[in-house]
Amino acid sequence: MNKVDLVANEQIREDIPDFSSGDTVAVHLKVIEGDKERVQIFQGVVIQKKGSGINATFTVRKVSNGIGVERVFPLNSPRIAKIERLRAGKVRRSKLFYLRNLRGKAARIDEKR
Amino acid sequence: MSALIAKKLGMTRLFDDQGKNIPVTVLQAGPCYITQIKTKEVDGYEALQLGFLSKKEKLTTKPLAGHFKKADVSPLRILKEFRDVKIDESMKLGSELKVDIFEVGDTVMVSGVSKGKGFAGGVKRHGFHGGQKTHGQSDRLRAPGSIGQSSYPSRVIKGTRMAGRMGGENVTVRNLEVVKIDPANNLLVIKGAIPGSIQGIVYVKKQEL
Repeated sequence: MNKVDLVANEQIREDIPDFSSGDTVAVHLKVIEGDKERVQIFQGVVIQKKGSGINATFTVRKVSNGIGVERVFPLNSPRIAKIERLRAGKVRRSKLFYLRNLRGKAARIDEKR
Repeated sequence: MSALIAKKLGMTRLFDDQGKNIPVTVLQAGPCYITQIKTKEVDGYEALQLGFLSKKEKLTTKPLAGHFKKADVSPLRILKEFRDVKIDESMKLGSELKVDIFEVGDTVMVSGVSKGKGFAGGVKRHGFHGGQKTHGQSDRLRAPGSIGQSSYPSRVIKGTRMAGRMGGENVTVRNLEVVKIDPANNLLVIKGAIPGSIQGIVYVKKQEL
């Protein structure tokens, strides 16, 4: 194995479920406020998965009060408590940036059966 | 102060205990061998000469082969002298220095030859601001501006910053933190970027506070 990968290898998380672009996921994030820790949920559609190994990231998009919000998470971040896969989406490409130009009904994604 | 010769292997990321992302550089640090100990009596100053990376016997010139034989080590590719290194009893000719001379949390400085950038303009080489893009300008965007006065002194002052060869020079980065060490694989992991290309040779020195 590549010696650079060897360094970060033990930080790669095995407990992250398999999901892909188009899926609706709920990301449970650990948020530290002062000395208290609580869990915050960010729920939306995965529009991009990128990178490999420790450098892998994914982007989740949701529409909050009519405003599109996107967040990029490192897939192996220890701040992610868990990722719930709520719905498997049926899409024909891996990067769903076209969703940014669509709203309402047009921005729906069919469910995979 | 302790020092090692290392090879830059590349960059990656690590997460600390708070879950923060740290950019890190991975180095192949050592094993280095002491090839010569210079003393005040003999050489006029104190220094430690280290060797790194083995090379073929037949590629070693006879004078160098004798030098390695004196230290009882196999021929080495890179030799580098470190001054103001504290020389103690445990450091003997031919003894091995490994990455475990550093500890996690140590502050180090790293020197190396920076990547060559070729002939670069003033904007890239010296951080000039260039000119305006709009307001009726043509070819002023990356221009250096004025380089001096007129009839007096009628020449350009020596050392005026202009375009030219950039990079490929010795660069030292200080105050870098050791994030992780892996003695089994001789790996040293340092927070942040260091000079030079991947596979480039760099010198790592511990910084005393």
